[in-house]
Amino acid sequence: MQFGVFTVGDVTTDPTNGREPSEAERIKAMVAIAVKAEEVGLDVFATGEHHNPPFVPSSPTTMLGFIAARTSRLLLSTATTLITTNDPVKIAEDYAMLQHLADGRVDLMMGRGNTGPVYPWFGQDIRNGIPLAINNYELLRRLWREDVVDWQGKFRTPLQSFTSTPRPLDGIPPFVWHGSIRSPEIAEQAAYYGDGFFANHIFWPREHTQRMVGLYRQRFAHYGHGSADQAIVGLGGQVFMRKNSQEAVREFRPYFDNAPVYGHGPSLEEFTEQTPLTVGSPQQVIDRTLTFREYVGDYQRQLFLLDHAGLPLKTVLEQLDILGEEVVPVLRKEFDAVRPAHVPEAPTHASLIAERDAAPAPAGVATTGEAGATSEARSGR
Amino acid sequence: MSRRTLAVVSAGLRQPSSTRLLADQLAAATGDELDRRGVRVRTEVVELRDHGHDVVNHLLAGFPSPSLKQAIETVSGADGLIVVSPIFNASYSGLFKSFFDVLGDDALVDRPVLIGATGGTARHSLALEHALRPMFSYLRAVVVPTSVFAAPEDWAGGNAQGTLRGRIDRAGRELAEQVSQREATAGADPFALTTSFDQLLTGD
Repeated sequence: MQFGVFTVGDVTTDPTNGREPSEAERIKAMVAIAVKAEEVGLDVFATGEHHNPPFVPSSPTTMLGFIAARTSRLLLSTATTLITTNDPVKIAEDYAMLQHLADGRVDLMMGRGNTGPVYPWFGQDIRNGIPLAINNYELLRRLWREDVVDWQGKFRTPLQSFTSTPRPLDGIPPFVWHGSIRSPEIAEQAAYYGDGFFANHIFWPREHTQRMVGLYRQRFAHYGHGSADQAIVGLGGQVFMRKNSQEAVREFRPYFDNAPVYGHGPSLEEFTEQTPLTVGSPQQVIDRTLTFREYVGDYQRQLFLLDHAGLPLKTVLEQLDILGEEVVPVLRKEFDAVRPAHVPEAPTHASLIAERDAAPAPAGVATTGEAGATSEARSGR
Repeated sequence: MSRRTLAVVSAGLRQPSSTRLLADQLAAATGDELDRRGVRVRTEVVELRDHGHDVVNHLLAGFPSPSLKQAIETVSGADGLIVVSPIFNASYSGLFKSFFDVLGDDALVDRPVLIGATGGTARHSLALEHALRPMFSYLRAVVVPTSVFAAPEDWAGGNAQGTLRGRIDRAGRELAEQVSQREATAGADPFALTTSFDQLLTGD
């Protein structure tokens, strides 16, 4: 099982002292968090993508490329890549490039973005959110899997004899997750392709996560990628830890109460009861996190949100220490102990190469070079 | 004997509340008429005052508390609605509006609704026609023709056979007729997949 952190990249004033980090400080803090994540033994760092203040990460592959150079084992991912407003051609190129630089330590999570004004800035319309996500992703898959692509769709200029460069590393496109809070169409999309499904699991009660993951698993099996419990599921989560829970609650409360997304709404107590947010001791976080599999099944990736709402970098790095030393080792052991053998790990570059090499070449289909482009590619991983 | 459910939404703020009193009388009149038509009715009352903080929290956080969720499900799943608001500043109260703002886009489509209101003077009565009726029309609910406004003199008259009583009975009959001629409501599932992937892919 993979554990990691995901970040929104918000620049938020620290409500306890009124201090607002500069963009430069925030960007460097995100890098420090990623480097620290590897240092404490986590597996994944995922950055958000935003094109409006107060968020800084508009250019994820620049940041991830920089982090790639400073880490050796960490898997670099996104949370999320805007499949609606980015040109799929540019996504195909940028992330293939990142794959080469990071030696395959790359995957992506697709998301739509829910801020209406961002769409027209990129020539799109939020009312086309779902069709954009579906159409653009279909093109992206072809660009990674076919050396030469002819394309005509609704949302971009046609492509004639186009080759996206560089080609994916070893002819293996990055593994893709699809993130959605409440759109069943996106669970269906992830299931159709046999891709991963990621539930944000932060701002919504667990029942929503349970329904969405349940739908994804059922449709994953329907499309023949394996049994429902073999579908690739990731969850978000949000924690704040100190030695004892009173201390954790006291320190986190001002950040919670003033948080940009849910501040001034439900109380910290209501929110921790109604959503997966856990504020307490490391043991409380372990206990709560272990309950997630009770309603989504055995899953492959757990990402935590640690650095938001104006929490200072020093505090976030302390959280990473606690996570790496006291929480994740126990979670790994406990989750591994209960996971049945037929439930796979999340695909990685290495596992996807091994899977391809193990599969017999389909009869009558010549190998078409490293990209292995065939029309059947659509339904496989 | 067929069965239907009525949800009564009252946005009265005080207790006892004239808004609730009107709501209860509308519910009784509707229930009597359904009974005459051989329909057994179960009535559930949602007092918005009890959910005031939760409604605002839902607006801010994007999801309902467990008790508000139950109220939303009661209203979304009912076969007919009786909704009554006090009139503030020539319109429904903010709490009344906010509750329907968090209810979900399609929750009331084709749902029979009886609208009622209370106010300090009869001069507020047309707020039913220019505020409540358009809102429920927008939600594609079926608003029955008679709306019922109760001003202080309606209660003060003490004449149970007076015009308020007449309007309540007429409105109740209209709602009962709409409710009894429709199939029972099947609750909408926001997570249900309503399209095939091929349709999504081709955009048809």
